[in-house]
Amino acid sequence: MTFLQIVEGPLFYIAAAVFVIAALWRLIGIIRIGHKADIAPPKGSATGGFIAGNLRHFVPRKSFAKRTWIHLVAGYSFHLGLFVLLLFAAPHIDFARDRIFGFDWPAMPRWGFIVAAQFAFAGLIMLWVRRFADPVMRLISDWDDHIGSWLTFLVMLTGCLALQESHDALKAIHMLFVDIWLIYFPFSRLMHALTFFLSRGYTGATYGRKGMTL
Amino acid sequence: MTATSQKAVDKFLEVIDSDIAAFAESCVHCGECAEACHFYLATKDPKYTPTYKLFPLVKAYKRHKSPISGIAKMLGFAPAEVTEEELREWEPLVYDSCTMCGRCTLVCPMAIDIAGTIRKMREGYVAADIVPDGLVSAAANAERTGSPMGVTLKALSAQIKHQEEATGIKIEIDKKGADYMALLSSMEIMGFPEIIGAYAKLFKQAGVSWTISSKAFEATNVGVQIGSGKMAKMLVERIVDAAEELEVKHVISPECGHAYGALRWAGPNMVGKEFSFKVVHIIELLDQLRREGKIPVGEKDTRRMTLHDPCQIIRRGGLLQEPRSLLNDSCSDFVEMEGAGIANLCCGGGGGVSANPRAEELQMAAFSKKLDQINDVGGVEAVVVPCANCRTVFEDGLDEFEADFEVIGLGELVADTLATK
Repeated sequence: MTFLQIVEGPLFYIAAAVFVIAALWRLIGIIRIGHKADIAPPKGSATGGFIAGNLRHFVPRKSFAKRTWIHLVAGYSFHLGLFVLLLFAAPHIDFARDRIFGFDWPAMPRWGFIVAAQFAFAGLIMLWVRRFADPVMRLISDWDDHIGSWLTFLVMLTGCLALQESHDALKAIHMLFVDIWLIYFPFSRLMHALTFFLSRGYTGATYGRKGMTL
Repeated sequence: MTATSQKAVDKFLEVIDSDIAAFAESCVHCGECAEACHFYLATKDPKYTPTYKLFPLVKAYKRHKSPISGIAKMLGFAPAEVTEEELREWEPLVYDSCTMCGRCTLVCPMAIDIAGTIRKMREGYVAADIVPDGLVSAAANAERTGSPMGVTLKALSAQIKHQEEATGIKIEIDKKGADYMALLSSMEIMGFPEIIGAYAKLFKQAGVSWTISSKAFEATNVGVQIGSGKMAKMLVERIVDAAEELEVKHVISPECGHAYGALRWAGPNMVGKEFSFKVVHIIELLDQLRREGKIPVGEKDTRRMTLHDPCQIIRRGGLLQEPRSLLNDSCSDFVEMEGAGIANLCCGGGGGVSANPRAEELQMAAFSKKLDQINDVGGVEAVVVPCANCRTVFEDGLDEFEADFEVIGLGELVADTLATK
């Protein structure tokens, strides 16, 4: 078995299993802590608030946009670029068809990959540079933030290097970083990608009961 | 770990529910919340970043209560225990530099309720007895008299008598079966007693049957501010008992920020039962009476006015439109400040900060941001501040910065512009 076969075969399935099991464990663990039932007579719906809170916080608030524009631009650039790459890059679709789902969907053209990658890299680098350049982020950042940024950066970088699929070694290095990233994800702050809906939802529900959307 | 830090950590772990767990798990350390915090905006000191204020609680959660605490400890990447030194270092961040205004939640991409979490975190500080002296004495006063300023029934009675003389209207104490039982804040009773006369005038015109309880006239809940669940509950129970004894249908929460949230939203949960009466905020009630045509507006106030949005009434209380409707009716030149409404800046003195002399300088710095916001409107002659605590902060701030405009309560404005029969 070649190194490539290992990292995209058994190691990938182990990493994916760790990702799914640990992420579910953590999500269910948070929910299972539970909270007391709120008996104050509501003015609105907690469920509606849960949904509204999630949707509302996708949209930047005008009052703060002037002060936080760097983060907004970098954050949306990185996340949208990354999701487009993850879901619509031709090699990813092929991999998903062959190794996971058994079906595929239309891929974006090569120029689309280049544009999405540029957005994702620019955003991630801006966010990471701010981790040590901005006094607030420097104070509150820890090793987990930096490792998460670096791992994601390496996954993206090796993915670009492997784009042509001309060298097995480059593809194997990319898959190795993907496997490491998958294992690291559920134990790190990268989990925000799955916990954000709870955080927004719980706050949204509290305010929903008060008849408002925050 | 000392006994003191153990008490704090035990309480932290007790108060962490799934909401707080989700917050702790979702913060990505982006620091956006700093840009919404008036203490950070005024000082540019990164330690005032709201999420940073939660660090000891988050640390305790990640070490002991997170779903991955076990594996984190086994693999050696769990955070260390929270120490007493850390708790003491964080105390000014938790009490002096957070008014629990909740503005940071608006800018947070994860919508983390930092204000609500600070409120819970303070319970840990109370358990460990690491609390600012100013709040300790306010709590002692409240325990003794029900009022954080030690206002007694005798003092209230004297103020009621003055207002009866000024308005010519009799104000009935302990009137059984009244529709409404009005609460007041100590600040109102001692600093702005005209509000009592305003109630008398407005309710007489509207034909509302109301009273004030001799046993529970104070709305301020210092237990909520300091972070003592036990005291908060005791103060709510005092009101519930009085309202049940007088068999009133409604209890009116006054122009006081946190009192509304403490009674309306947290109250039933504290005492563990639904109330036999409804809690209404005075602004809600006045708006309702105005829409029903029971308190029609007369001659409008022609001064250029703007509205300060008290955080606990507007952003965290949900009463966004009611004060605006009343003000639009009562004033011919009402102008909003930039960022008005749900995202408005706090005055800097809520959440017990104004009762904490150690925080005075910081509070004043935060108020300067509020003042800038008002000055940017241009030509403001009066600011309507529907919260007695905010109002006191404004008056102190205006003295400090020698600003020249009047600060008025909303109830008084509505009473002053009431159409005469």
